[in-house]
Amino acid sequence: MSAAYTTDEMMTVAAARMLRNGAVCFVGIGLPSTAANLARLTHAPDAVLVYESGAIGAKPGVLPLSIGDGQLAETADTVVSTPEIFRYWLQGGRIDVGFLGAAQLDRFANLNTTVIGPYGKPKVRLPGAGGAPEISSSAKEVLIVVKQSKRTFVERLDFVTSAGFLTGGDARERARLPGKGPVAVITDLCILRPHVTTRELEVTSIHPGVDRGTIAGHTAWEVRFAESCDATAPPSAQELQVLRDLQARTAAAHGATDGAAAESA
Amino acid sequence: MAEWLSLAEAIAAHVRDGDTVAMEGFTHLIPFAAGHEIIRQKRRNLALIRMTPDLIYDQLIGAGCARKLTFSWGGNPGVGSLHRFRDAVEHDWPAPLELEERSHSDLANAYVAGASNLPFAVLRGYSGSDLPRVNERIRSVTCPFTGEVLAATPAVRPDVTVIHAQKADEKGNVLLWGVLGVQKEAVLAAQRAIVTVEERVRTLDAPPNACVLPSWTVTAVCEVPRGATPSYAHGYYERDNAFYRAWDGISRERERFRAWTEEHIVHTRDFNEYLRVQNDPGIQVAYR
Repeated sequence: MSAAYTTDEMMTVAAARMLRNGAVCFVGIGLPSTAANLARLTHAPDAVLVYESGAIGAKPGVLPLSIGDGQLAETADTVVSTPEIFRYWLQGGRIDVGFLGAAQLDRFANLNTTVIGPYGKPKVRLPGAGGAPEISSSAKEVLIVVKQSKRTFVERLDFVTSAGFLTGGDARERARLPGKGPVAVITDLCILRPHVTTRELEVTSIHPGVDRGTIAGHTAWEVRFAESCDATAPPSAQELQVLRDLQARTAAAHGATDGAAAESA
Repeated sequence: MAEWLSLAEAIAAHVRDGDTVAMEGFTHLIPFAAGHEIIRQKRRNLALIRMTPDLIYDQLIGAGCARKLTFSWGGNPGVGSLHRFRDAVEHDWPAPLELEERSHSDLANAYVAGASNLPFAVLRGYSGSDLPRVNERIRSVTCPFTGEVLAATPAVRPDVTVIHAQKADEKGNVLLWGVLGVQKEAVLAAQRAIVTVEERVRTLDAPPNACVLPSWTVTAVCEVPRGATPSYAHGYYERDNAFYRAWDGISRERERFRAWTEEHIVHTRDFNEYLRVQNDPGIQVAYR
């Protein structure tokens, strides 16, 4: 019998499992950073974590609250300037995986982190693009981690900040984006992957204790389920232990939880 | 040659109403003391540039110093929204704020273009993004060799750049290390540059390849210990994460923000006195 765990822990563990050992990963702050560090501390000790503040090969002992925390610089293999990180390393084609969060996404995994409502007179002004447009285009592939709700999984984005598969099908290829785009969206309910031809996200794995009705009820479009839809393995005792230790160390260092409030890229 | 000045003298001499001002520092070495002094001296109509506006521009925007903001990510890192920035964009308070919104990659390239004395930056960016639809200065250029269409965006050329660094020597040569951001490019792209430093030293003893800004690239240098707090200065002090969180409450309502700004910035003589107020538990109990 495994210990009880939260849906947030399931999401973080499922996201961490997606990162393969040895991958060079450009990490956004918040949920992506938590998941990437959990991966590094479990099955992917040789994953290379790259932060847009210029830290390459960062191995922080606690989770950073901001993308440029001193911990990242102190534990990195090298620290380069901001122009260099975007020019030589991201645009240069050296990033295997871009790990992003989002305020909103649509069925083709396009991301909005800019505004809710019209751009000129927004209802909610979100932080904006950060590194996301170029991470989502230049990284060889993209992982997205986000909590699922009708407010985040919307029928239509008010603003496309960063491209997923645009209007679907071969739209991304036709727009000549260098990377192949999102390969998985990991939520607190399930894992979605783009359909091989339509590129529409479909549920490919459902977390324990979640049913299809719940996922449909947390998605503003009529969400599809893959023919062979798996059950996500629950977090192992080891995964939970490492995650909880990391969050406890972080809380002790920052007096906060995991900095997941701001999903910057 | 850089001139050693007090921060008040440097801002009075080199930051003028209507200027285009870049105050850089990527989470690290954010020149907060200089931002406060600009508020204290009541500069107006500034066109502010900064990749991550952070609390420093939230304060300047809320205090009514800005008419325009060029930026790429406007949040309170690890906390949430910048409420003064949002209030200006969503409700024109205290004044309408013109936005020029770009991506990190674009602005980093645009500082490089500015430092390189080029008119525009070229990058493989913005494909599929709506940002070029709302910023007519994000355009494209066709590579004359391959025919590839690339994003072209205007160089950043500030009237004045302000940064904070760890050390400067007697002559005003400046040394910084750790997360470097775009500070070097921002200084070299600008007409004038003000650098505040943690300490004035006899010699830098910098190794070859260290990030050094020679004295003759800097207009004024000012000794302001802890001048980057609540951000951090690598090797000197850590980021004041508690203040970043407290700012969420301080800045959420206009009146509370105004009271905080009056007590901490307008009515303090300089950053030293700000630090005394900021570290006075009797005063701070009202803001936590």
